[in-house]
Amino acid sequence: MTHEQEHTSHTKLIWKVFAILSVITIVEVALGIIKPDALYLTKFLGTSPLNIIFLVLTLVKAYYITWFFMHMADEKKSLRRAVVWTSVFLIIYLATLLLLEGSYISDVLGPLTKWNY
Amino acid sequence: MEATIATDNNEKNWSGGDQKPLGASYGKMMMWFFILSDALTFSGFLGAYGLMRFKFHDSWPIADEVFTHFPFLHGVHAPMYYVALMTFILIFSSVTMVLAVDAGHQMNKAKVTFYMLLTIIGGAIFLGSQAWEWKNFINGTYGAVKLNDGKIIQFVDATGEQITLESFVKSQHSERTQHMANKGIWFTKEAELPPFTLNEVVESFKANPGVSIRTELINPETKAKTIIPHNEAMGFLNEAKSVVVGANLRENEYGKTLFANFFFFITGFHGFHVLSGVIINIIIFFNVIIGTYERRGHYEMVEKVGLYWHFVDLVWVFVFTFFYLV
Repeated sequence: MTHEQEHTSHTKLIWKVFAILSVITIVEVALGIIKPDALYLTKFLGTSPLNIIFLVLTLVKAYYITWFFMHMADEKKSLRRAVVWTSVFLIIYLATLLLLEGSYISDVLGPLTKWNY
Repeated sequence: MEATIATDNNEKNWSGGDQKPLGASYGKMMMWFFILSDALTFSGFLGAYGLMRFKFHDSWPIADEVFTHFPFLHGVHAPMYYVALMTFILIFSSVTMVLAVDAGHQMNKAKVTFYMLLTIIGGAIFLGSQAWEWKNFINGTYGAVKLNDGKIIQFVDATGEQITLESFVKSQHSERTQHMANKGIWFTKEAELPPFTLNEVVESFKANPGVSIRTELINPETKAKTIIPHNEAMGFLNEAKSVVVGANLRENEYGKTLFANFFFFITGFHGFHVLSGVIINIIIFFNVIIGTYERRGHYEMVEKVGLYWHFVDLVWVFVFTFFYLV
């Protein structure tokens, strides 16, 4: 750990990150309330473009929280990779398998569900 | 005790020698690995939620129609605003936490104390907000009817807006009272009775041609629930089993019971993390006040508890996205 770095204040950076996180949240909420038809009712990569936007913005927020609030940027590369690469790989792996399985069950069981009485 | 407490950054933090693996102290590295495992736990839960959501993607409840309350605005349709407020509260308490860590690096005890206090208050407000959100979800808004096969039927007016049971159901005189433990055999009782009987709902529906029903099925073109015209609705209501008001682990007036199950479990598990975070923060807060870290020479403990607190915020960012946005 470098001591000179630790004793300087990062207050400015913290408020900047807070501003970024707030703006992203406001954009998310605004889009979630308005739900523009062009983004909400169209399809892109298997889902609506709106959902893709939400996912990307969430990952951006996660990046800022981890890197600047949790000081991942100041950690050694080895620690950073041990935590970030492991979680990113395992989570993507799990999510892919579960969501594929979910749509498969839906394809098989969906047509059997009765909706007219 | 001396062996477990880091007294100085230059001394041995690891019993095996003074080399610090990955450049981190023992406590900080273990906090990171705990966070890693906890992150995988949460992704397991959210992944299971995603599986069920993909399985029922044609009939999953629409979050905008479920969470529509805002304090002091009764009857106003305000989707998203309240949960956005909660998100801000948690992000802001994360900011005060990182400011406390920053003040700790400068050995500024007064500032650390102040920012830790703000963080604790923020966490407590968030917990209260979550309790209020749960209360609204449990009490319900409109009321609905459950069919024999578990499907939920909601009521809409001529414009397609959902309406409450109270707005069209006429109560008939009923002798039926709730069976409590003190009214019969002491070990049997039943759940609170819904405000209307099924018969009252069906009769009032027949008498009001302006009211029609809505099924859970989502039209992929408009992404709205399917409305069944009044004259075709009796086919559904002949299958009706019970009146459902609010949500719990067994039934959910907004649609799939699984939605309620996952909502209670995942936000509950996250809320439990916030609660333990607040308690740990309070312990560290008092340690700061009595000068433990001042004597120790560094505020690394504030940094470690800060890591946990930011992680709780990080999880909320994902819960927010998957329960309220997508």
